[in-house]
Amino acid sequence: MCSYIVEKAAIAGSAKGPRGWMRIDTANVYYDHPYDAPFDHALCVDFVSEADGGMERVAVELSRESALALIEKIQAALASGDAAHAVPSDEAESCERSSLVGSQTEVARLF
Amino acid sequence: MSYPGLIAETLSFFKGHNGDTGEAYYARPGQSGRVPGVVVIHHAPGWDEWITEVVRKFAHHGYASIAPHLYFREGPGTPDDVGARVRAAGGVSDDSVIGDVKGAMEFLRSQPNSNGKVGVIGFCSGGRHAYLAGCKLSGIDAVVDCWGGSVIVDDPKQLNAKRPVAPIDLTEKLTAPLLGIFGNDDQNPNRDQVNRTEEALKKLGKSYEFHRYDGAGHAFFNSTRTAFRAEQAADGWNKVFAFYRKHLATTA
Repeated sequence: MCSYIVEKAAIAGSAKGPRGWMRIDTANVYYDHPYDAPFDHALCVDFVSEADGGMERVAVELSRESALALIEKIQAALASGDAAHAVPSDEAESCERSSLVGSQTEVARLF
Repeated sequence: MSYPGLIAETLSFFKGHNGDTGEAYYARPGQSGRVPGVVVIHHAPGWDEWITEVVRKFAHHGYASIAPHLYFREGPGTPDDVGARVRAAGGVSDDSVIGDVKGAMEFLRSQPNSNGKVGVIGFCSGGRHAYLAGCKLSGIDAVVDCWGGSVIVDDPKQLNAKRPVAPIDLTEKLTAPLLGIFGNDDQNPNRDQVNRTEEALKKLGKSYEFHRYDGAGHAFFNSTRTAFRAEQAADGWNKVFAFYRKHLATTA
């Protein structure tokens, strides 16, 4: 159906469009008739910068199935990224100990 | 046999609501002689390629046809980008659309080859706009509503400053004959809503004909969508052209 239902998400980041990178602050998300994708309905996301007037966007139109798969992959990527980027606990303790070893002057004497 | 030629172009000087000037896609038959006109109202995603195909289809069948870009006020950009901005802003106002349809009707009637008759057709949200135009504008000779959603508004929260009235509540003011084309698998309008619309038209003694198609849902004329149903669409188009032949032909 044609509707004007939109979920607005406040986001922070950048998106790359035909004119290069732009700062984005909003994702307009809707599930309705797409403009281009050959589906009756598509999960559409328009990434825009409302702070800059919202005149440009980076857009995607996804099938329902691929949108759901993408949600899973985003969550999986965040989980594995969190695990990979986390500072191991023993390393963290080591860093803490190192910082207690000496003053900046004492460390500088080593070089 | 030979197929008739046609002339199609984008006008940049279309005058719509409040005298605002913007774009419209216009096509007319190449042969001489007076012809009826049809205003084509696009759906919510915007002024897209399929709508231009519809305009040319009418020209191919002997009508001058125009589809105003209902979102032309929303700044520069491609129709899809402009459509996205309109959606994010909650859609276009009914007043703006009705004013643009009025401007399109006036444009068609002002052409030297006009026979003076003008029909209106709309698809999806444009079907709702067509119904609304039939109730709010004088001078329409025939209205076609193709699966217009939200003609009936069951949830009052759907009404707002841009769409303050449910078109069904204006049915008493409908003066033009109405053709309705619907898919029985559609959810907006669903079967019950189509039946209730028909009941209102019947109760008020309006001139109408409704055609409902099994095995079809929303937007089944649209050959760019998986919703396309060739058999039902072919029959539906035949109904549209028969209706316009009946109501828009030049009177002797």
